[in-house]
Amino acid sequence: MTDVHPKINARTDALLPDPGIAEHAWRPTDVDAKAERRAERQVAGLFGLSAICTVLFVVAYVTLEPGPDGDIFLGLGASNLALGLTLGGALLFIGIGIIQWARKLMADHEIVEMRHPAASSEEDREATLAALNAGLEESGIGRRPLIRNSLLGSVALLGAPAVVLLRDLGPLPSEVVGDYQGAGLEHTVWTKGMRVVRDVVGTPIRPSEVEIGDLFNAEPEAIFPTEENGLPELHGAELQVAKSKAAIVMLRIPVDELVPGEGRENWHVDGIVAYSKICTHVGCPISLNERTTHHLLCPCHQSTFDLADSGRVVFGPAGRHLPQLPLAVDEDGYLIAQSDFTEPVGPSYWERDHDDIGEQGEADLS
Amino acid sequence: MRLLNRSAASISRHRRRRGAGLVLLLMGLLLSGGLYAAFSPSSTADDARTQAEMVENGRRLFLTGCASCHGQNAEGLTTINGQMIGPSLVGVGAAAVDFQVGTGRMPMAFPGVQAPEKPEVYNEEEVADLAAYVASLAPGPAIPSEEDYSTEGMSEEEKEAAIVRGGQIFLTNCTACHNFTGAGGAMPHGGYAPSLLETDPKHIYEAMLTGPQSMDVFSNGNIPPEAKKDVIAYIESMREQPGYGGFGLGGLGPVSEGAFAWIAGIGTMVGFAVWIAAHTTRSQKKKGHAA
Repeated sequence: MTDVHPKINARTDALLPDPGIAEHAWRPTDVDAKAERRAERQVAGLFGLSAICTVLFVVAYVTLEPGPDGDIFLGLGASNLALGLTLGGALLFIGIGIIQWARKLMADHEIVEMRHPAASSEEDREATLAALNAGLEESGIGRRPLIRNSLLGSVALLGAPAVVLLRDLGPLPSEVVGDYQGAGLEHTVWTKGMRVVRDVVGTPIRPSEVEIGDLFNAEPEAIFPTEENGLPELHGAELQVAKSKAAIVMLRIPVDELVPGEGRENWHVDGIVAYSKICTHVGCPISLNERTTHHLLCPCHQSTFDLADSGRVVFGPAGRHLPQLPLAVDEDGYLIAQSDFTEPVGPSYWERDHDDIGEQGEADLS
Repeated sequence: MRLLNRSAASISRHRRRRGAGLVLLLMGLLLSGGLYAAFSPSSTADDARTQAEMVENGRRLFLTGCASCHGQNAEGLTTINGQMIGPSLVGVGAAAVDFQVGTGRMPMAFPGVQAPEKPEVYNEEEVADLAAYVASLAPGPAIPSEEDYSTEGMSEEEKEAAIVRGGQIFLTNCTACHNFTGAGGAMPHGGYAPSLLETDPKHIYEAMLTGPQSMDVFSNGNIPPEAKKDVIAYIESMREQPGYGGFGLGGLGPVSEGAFAWIAGIGTMVGFAVWIAAHTTRSQKKKGHAA
């Protein structure tokens, strides 16, 4: 085979000689002075447009009134619109100008860059291997397993300080941080006898005010402390955490349509049931309820919960039912919680229990 | 004669619509009903109609226009295997009728998950008669009066305060279905929550009171009447609000914005990339032979 190729090549070379690199075809701007000047003007014009946009940006910033009582143009906030368009134009025209410059006027060489082998030279590789082998031989690591194994062991053990130090940086997710009411993943601010109040306005609710088909977005009264209820004021992150964990949806379902879970027979008040508003999948707040089916649908990933059936999952990626808040009525006739939620609200985590409805009964109420 | 003219104008306006046949049929029925009503001695005086006359006229309209789905006594109809044809209207109240018929949602053109808004079939008087009839069946929410929902008489500061309060209530109770901008959104099984940006304040109030289709009820025990007015003030403020961030793209969030970013944004960038990498035009001329 090897001696055939040169012959063939010799023949084809004779028939069709190597043409070499084709002669360079120049751009009109390289050979035509008029075209060159035109391209020059184009590029300068684009840079000029950019400058105009920049000037207009400053003018718009000074003259147009932003904000709620500001100028309006075509139903859009005039200030934002003008600032965005002019600054965008200023940057865009510089970019277009540079590209046009490069395409029409900058040097037009064709460059050939040869490939180089990535491997080191044969001598270098041999020398390195020889040095490594000499090292292995002289240290005697193959002949002295005691030393080798104790070294491996001590190096592996060096991971322990890292684990201990990093572990001590913070608590595990299920551990309680701080000593305020409802801290940690397993508890919320709901307690035995705490009133259910309307979200935003914070007023307590009587069962007679809840009609069939009503959907209440509610909170515990601890979120809205007043002089009357005498509850401590919550502030800052503590308030936000408490509010987001304790949010509930409450609705009245005709008693004959309600299927209370095992051990949950007395958790409703004449068909009024309350569930955590936090999806058990990844914790989005849910209040997209279909009145006719009692299906509560999470807008994030379409998990659907049947509120007439203990909040069981009927569709979607959620792995657990919505935690239900046991309800009762206090002596003043307002709706109250019988206890905190009997299970953690929100998304699952490693350490939480996996009890289904029925495995957690009233015994868990405290 | 006036009634005839009105019907004729209405027919010519709706002649080319898709539901024209149905509307025409209903118009015919209404016309005959109307003629009957005009010649029957009980309802000659329009402005001094008694409650009983309104109920009676409403019942007649109901039997022609509504009873085929809702039953002859508004008791609701189901098929043999329990599928609902039309729900019972006992106890839904005048507000529900005023909302459903007053926005053209009822009578429905065909059964389905969604009763879309369309041009009204009945005039104001007939809607009032139907509402009076349905309200006479059992107590239910009444049609709100103008001072319940109108934000007209409010001072600038009162309105400002109402918008702030209403905004919080809207964001807590309404955005799940109707979107932060009130533009509406998708619901299960092909339904949708309609946009609130064109809706009449009275109809917003009635929808909260009665919970049309699969919407929850926000009764006066749930959202008090003054808070309902705040919500309406907030929705009205959203209508007047210009798009500070540029075009809203329907306010539908990631779907329309993502489509725009992928098609227009990335499309433009691909265009620039093609332009940058494309060969420039070449000349046949040699250097030094400039023309």
